[in-house]
Amino acid sequence: MSEDAIEAEGLTKVFNGSLVAVDHIDFGVKHGEIFGFLGPNGAGKTTTINMLITILKPTEGKASILGYDIAKEHNQVRYSIGVVPQEYTADEDLTGYENILLCADLYGISRKVSTKRALDLLELVELTAFKDKKVQTFSGGMRRRLELACGLINRPKVLFLDEPTLGLDVQTRAATWNYIRTLKKEFGMTLFMTTHYLEEADALCDRVAIIDHGKIIVVGTPEELKDSLGGDIITVGIKEDVDITGLVGKIEHVKEVKKENGTYRIKSENGEVTAPLIIETLRKEGHAVTRLSLTKPTLNEVYLQYTGKSMRDAEDSGDSLHAKRMLMARRRR
Amino acid sequence: MSEINNVSKSKLHGLWALTNRELKKWYKAPTVFILTLIQPVIWLGLLGNALNLGSLVSSSSFAIPPQLITDLQLTPAQLTGLQGLFSNMGDSILQSTFGTTSYISFMAVGMIAFTALFTTMFSGMSVVWDRRLGFLNKVLSTPVSRSVIIISKVLSATLRSMFQASIILLIAVPLGFQVGKAFTPINILGVFAFLFLICMGLSSLFIAINIRSTRIETPMAVMNLLNLPLTFASSAFFPIDRMPGWLQAVANVNPLSYTMNGMRQLLINPTIDYSQLAIQYAYVGVFAAVLTTIGIVLSWRFLNK
Repeated sequence: MSEDAIEAEGLTKVFNGSLVAVDHIDFGVKHGEIFGFLGPNGAGKTTTINMLITILKPTEGKASILGYDIAKEHNQVRYSIGVVPQEYTADEDLTGYENILLCADLYGISRKVSTKRALDLLELVELTAFKDKKVQTFSGGMRRRLELACGLINRPKVLFLDEPTLGLDVQTRAATWNYIRTLKKEFGMTLFMTTHYLEEADALCDRVAIIDHGKIIVVGTPEELKDSLGGDIITVGIKEDVDITGLVGKIEHVKEVKKENGTYRIKSENGEVTAPLIIETLRKEGHAVTRLSLTKPTLNEVYLQYTGKSMRDAEDSGDSLHAKRMLMARRRR
Repeated sequence: MSEINNVSKSKLHGLWALTNRELKKWYKAPTVFILTLIQPVIWLGLLGNALNLGSLVSSSSFAIPPQLITDLQLTPAQLTGLQGLFSNMGDSILQSTFGTTSYISFMAVGMIAFTALFTTMFSGMSVVWDRRLGFLNKVLSTPVSRSVIIISKVLSATLRSMFQASIILLIAVPLGFQVGKAFTPINILGVFAFLFLICMGLSSLFIAINIRSTRIETPMAVMNLLNLPLTFASSAFFPIDRMPGWLQAVANVNPLSYTMNGMRQLLINPTIDYSQLAIQYAYVGVFAAVLTTIGIVLSWRFLNK
């Protein structure tokens, strides 16, 4: 068995010969870790997952799961993975229990084993009370949990979760996070998840890869990524229209000053100490400080640092890529 | 890899599970099922009875003018004979045109095939829904064989159609359906064989049309286009040899015609021409085999992107 649970090398997917959705990405996921793909919509996260779960053929490059090549040994891959898709795929006309048994049958698990497992899984995701209710009566959170149960029916070694908390309220999201943590802790499962929620990646993932326009920009633990920013972010605005970059740059602890849309983005260690110093210095020079904010680094700042734009801007361009792909798909028909 | 060892390695696993999923959706929603029965019953009840030529042409349809009776000096016995001739006319026209004296029986067989066509058509569209709702992707990520996915669709459509067609046949009995002289209960099995073959072929055809679609509108348009020629350029309502030449040409390649003619031989005709029956089975059989193969080949090609 190879060292990493998931290994990808130069993995690439080009749609219709021109639209590069995933562009030569390399990464490795260690056994038993939660690995997050973080990026805006249309960055190539779902395309990557679809290649890894063997429903989309890579245009170029290769990848393996537990040592099985995704292109050549797809049946072994399929037996060893579980998938929790972005959509609610459970059949609405069937009950929760029937849905799980259906999934079990797709893996060829005998009825004797699958009925027991289905009941255990319903217990795990706290749906036992609703097991004989049709799925169309389920709430979004319940459906999400049912998807999770279905994805676990074959006792996968590696579980893929595509946007596991998309569209869930804060409470349900927290509960889902707990289930995911349980899987890692109690079953030693390797989890590969995609998300476009920065706080989700921060709270759950052992390691995060930031992906944008089909390329992996940086990989590391959330702490490493945040530390790589080199400190807190102080944003300052002044009344006068003069450049204070040089002035602020001389203040103790300040590492970097950037002018952005009329305000100054100051990177500094010990932001709590530096902020008063900045105000003092600016006042002394006769500038009126109109605004000041201090931010501890979050993945949002990391994202900003590495992609040069905030998540929201990236979402916009990502959406346009998505729209372009839909248009091409439509033309194909 | 103990997990992998305790599961079945059969290439066909999941076939019954996927087929049963479709069947469950169907029998758990009896309203939809009843609604699909209404249309063929209306066709039968209205058109089938309205066009019953036996009652249109009877002894009371022609009154023999009294002048004629006196002019020809007909005896009462001759008069009764003549009236008998007229009253048999409708039946004999029906018999020579439709192969049975009851038009509703002729049409009921057409309706059975019609039901098969519609049921398979709608089940073909379920591929599009499975794709849209992400169910297809989920199934594709499991070790189910790609052809099993398609075969399960074909199989569930076939079983449903066969069941609905039998119901239509049962409903036709109180509406006036009469079996022919050559009918024996064994022939019912022959009818099911026809239904099985035509449903296999048709559902493979409709699934092949739908397999690449991500929108429901495209296949709807295509199927609407196919629906009319398949229904009317067939022997559903009228025998082929009484059609205009160009329509005959279409009807003569339509597998539904062969199915209906074969089923009519088994159910309502006074005699069975076994060489014709063999040709009918062969034609529908080849249609089913070719289209099912195409369906499976397409599933390999398009389900592995």
